[in-house]
Amino acid sequence: MRDVAIIGASTTQFGRAQWSLLKLMAEAAHGAITNADLGGRKIDAVYVANMGSARNNRQAGIASALVDRMNLYPAAADTVENGPASGASAVKNGFLAVASGMCDLVLVAGGERMREVNNIEATEFVSFLSHRYAEYIYGITLPALAGMFARLWMNKYGVTSEHLAMVAIKNHSNAMLNPNAHIKMPITMEGILHSPDAEMNNPYIAEPLRFFDCCPVSDGAAAVLLAPAEMAGEFTKKPVIISGFGQATDTQAVHERPDPTVLTAVQIAARKAFDMAGLKPRDISLAELHDAFTILEIAQSEQVGFFPEGTGHIALEKGETQIAGKLPINTSGGLKAKGHPVGATGVSQIVELVFQLRGEAGKRQVKNPKHGFALNFGGFGNNVVATILTKGA
Amino acid sequence: MLDQLEAALRPPKLEMAPYPAKHILLANGETLVVRPASMDEADVLLEIIDPLKTLDRDFYDIVSARLYAELLGWKRHRVRNEYCLVGVINGELAGIVNGRMFDEHHGISYHTLALKRGLRIGAHLFASKMEHHIEYLGQDEVWIVAESPIGHRRWMIEYPLQQKFSIQHELGGAPSWVLTRETYFKARPRLVTGTRPVPEELLACSHPIRKPDLRTMLVQIGDTLEAKL
Repeated sequence: MRDVAIIGASTTQFGRAQWSLLKLMAEAAHGAITNADLGGRKIDAVYVANMGSARNNRQAGIASALVDRMNLYPAAADTVENGPASGASAVKNGFLAVASGMCDLVLVAGGERMREVNNIEATEFVSFLSHRYAEYIYGITLPALAGMFARLWMNKYGVTSEHLAMVAIKNHSNAMLNPNAHIKMPITMEGILHSPDAEMNNPYIAEPLRFFDCCPVSDGAAAVLLAPAEMAGEFTKKPVIISGFGQATDTQAVHERPDPTVLTAVQIAARKAFDMAGLKPRDISLAELHDAFTILEIAQSEQVGFFPEGTGHIALEKGETQIAGKLPINTSGGLKAKGHPVGATGVSQIVELVFQLRGEAGKRQVKNPKHGFALNFGGFGNNVVATILTKGA
Repeated sequence: MLDQLEAALRPPKLEMAPYPAKHILLANGETLVVRPASMDEADVLLEIIDPLKTLDRDFYDIVSARLYAELLGWKRHRVRNEYCLVGVINGELAGIVNGRMFDEHHGISYHTLALKRGLRIGAHLFASKMEHHIEYLGQDEVWIVAESPIGHRRWMIEYPLQQKFSIQHELGGAPSWVLTRETYFKARPRLVTGTRPVPEELLACSHPIRKPDLRTMLVQIGDTLEAKL
């Protein structure tokens, strides 16, 4: 296997687009391609991450459509649909294509245009990933699953609504420093939890999760360009190495897990990624975790091994996960505030790590990062991809 | 002194109790002052609404165009028993609601327009409007229609309102829904917030109304950088 480098990275602004999904993805792809100096070299393959274009945007075969839009013929093209983990899955497939020697230059783009449909339809389309007969037909949605998970986690570890709000406040604050974030609005503990007006400002969505505990519904796209590490110097002065990947699955229906608070797929995916990279959680300089709901950032920060069991909220309280903390988490604003265009999310997490490892993250730059970790959480933890990136020499 | 013809064109008025101003702490830590607008503020309100009449995002066009006409009717004394409440943050207009008394017992809700989104300003202002009808104007019910799915979710579903399809709301379109006193007082603890009285200094800050920056407002309402400018 060859080592693989990221030689180009780009993202669109997340939020609400008035243009097509294809145009969004083309913008991100163009950004990633022009971010590297390809000198006329052709792209061998394109992997596209997307979950709902056929349903929401009346566009199937999105990878072929992107190749056509970008004039990338005769590049091989595949669409990767793996729920909310589609993005990191697509990067993994691109990585394998380069690592195996089958391809040299591979473009990976992820995108979703969710706001073409109303928010009831958007919530329903995401809920299609739940178990059809054990969950979906009973009306389960992702916020509902997250609400039940949060209740269990809070009872088990003493996490409070204030801790959940701290995640939201931190990630909104980080998103204020990210020009591509969807929600660039600060929030305060008093305004969302403690004042007499907070009940109306921040109503329950799925108790104990409130409005500001949930990610927005976003449009957006992100892309990376991959090349063999040995050739990366030809295309960029700042290659970033993909040093670890790990992926694991778990039961589709959450209630079939012996203990629903144990995210086995998260633990296994992270362990595999650390083993492949030859690193430990303590070696990581920053992480992008899948905070579709605030509780998930706390839970994942423990289950990937950054903090001992039951102490993620304590680290949060101490400010360890802030940009200037010991282990900055979700410097981009996370799914919570940067936004969560489902197919784009996993790629976008990796793009943020690339920006940080290259020292190009602007006002949210972490000091001298060496290794970045991303966790893309599919289903409700039934298909998880962990990625570790390392700053190139 | 009004000439006779003008006097004939103006509708007769019912006595309307004033709406006492209140203040609400928003999620972002800013304070929203909700207070009645005076008629001499109509011009600035019309000026702010005007560019939104062509913004089709989330039915801002139809809501703005109709609100513009209603406020113009208010200013020119052509609508009976109309009132207008404004939401102001640090002197800058953040939202408008209006309505009127149909008779002593029945109110008609006209429009709710949030100029700053993501902070539930529309929901706060609509709740203030209902508070005005039921608690200060002392009415038995308010007739309501929604022009946008957002309005339908916020009013019809969230309160929830009752269907009263036997009444045709004067905005036309969908038949009326109704907020009764019983519905209002059930929803009140959840949906109606705010503190009174407003400290004098804070209330003074809400006068005169300052116009929001046009580009910032359009981008924020459109929730995208591609808003029409």
